[in-house]
Amino acid sequence: MSRLTIPVDERDHLRGSLRAPITLVEFGDFQCPFCGRTYGVLKELEARYARDLRVAFRHFPLTQIHPLAMIAAETAEAAGAQGKFWEMHDVLFENQPRFEYERLVAYVMNLDLDVDEFHEAIASHRHVPKIRDDFMGGVRSGVNGTPTLFLNGMRYDGQPERTPLVHAIENLLSGATHVAP
Amino acid sequence: METRPTPLPAGTKAPDFELRSTPDQRIALSSFLGRPVVLVFYPADWSPVCGDQLALYNELQGEWRRHRAQLLAISVDGTWSHIAFAHDRKLCFPLLSDFEPKGEVAMRYGAYEHGDGVAARALFVIDPDGVIAWSCVTPQGVNPGADGILEALDALDANRPQPQPPAPQGEAHV
Repeated sequence: MSRLTIPVDERDHLRGSLRAPITLVEFGDFQCPFCGRTYGVLKELEARYARDLRVAFRHFPLTQIHPLAMIAAETAEAAGAQGKFWEMHDVLFENQPRFEYERLVAYVMNLDLDVDEFHEAIASHRHVPKIRDDFMGGVRSGVNGTPTLFLNGMRYDGQPERTPLVHAIENLLSGATHVAP
Repeated sequence: METRPTPLPAGTKAPDFELRSTPDQRIALSSFLGRPVVLVFYPADWSPVCGDQLALYNELQGEWRRHRAQLLAISVDGTWSHIAFAHDRKLCFPLLSDFEPKGEVAMRYGAYEHGDGVAARALFVIDPDGVIAWSCVTPQGVNPGADGILEALDALDANRPQPQPPAPQGEAHV
């Protein structure tokens, strides 16, 4: 069974209760339609398990089949540098796959972010090394496609649907005497 | 109980083969002696899991280059299917056609699903001397990822104090 080789730390984008007993890490690609579906499922779970679940997002852009996945990931990171990673994460999944550059700029403006700063981050590919680090960390942890989810550090191999995920979370909550590192 | 294919284990000399990659081009395993080879047997062009698996390997070109490794993917599909599939998925490694006699190479590697008549989902890392360094087979519906392959390639590099190729570390770590 595959394990997350790089533990969740302060470099990760995290949302949910910081003391939650369950950490879900998603390796995702903003242009991947399956990740788009999973986005809705995770939103529901985050609301349902507001106290017990925190979620981290790491990039896994499959750029050869999704030519806009990298710039979408860069856009999320650029927004993150201005304190709005998750807001942009949600906007991107909700507007998938409309990631033409003018659209991305519009999303940046709608979130009241500094547009010049955004242009600069994209033009210099400032966030590409972080995105690549996420990707390689994922590959080394056995991420084999998108979305791949880890629950408390163990790869979740079920369907990324509501019912099986609720089941997995409930199992962890009832049996969880300790939180995996 | 269905019996799983048993892939040739580490330490075995990798059987040589020569297969078509296009209707008029053949590729021989022996032509890659001196470099590691990653051999990927997969059941079929176009099936969803293979697509994901090969898409992942396609994304890892930088890693294969770093290890000077050649990736070769093999299924029993014909070359015309391979050409269309590679074009559609923008694959940049050869797809070899184990088509006639069907599955012969996969069988020699212990990587054939007899009931289904397709190659198993099997991975082999072959060292620069042509000896299998690592192998595994996964159930047909399971994408094996790349972590096992990369660990095997790392181990090959670590065990071989070879003169470092002039690999420019082009990573921009700002």
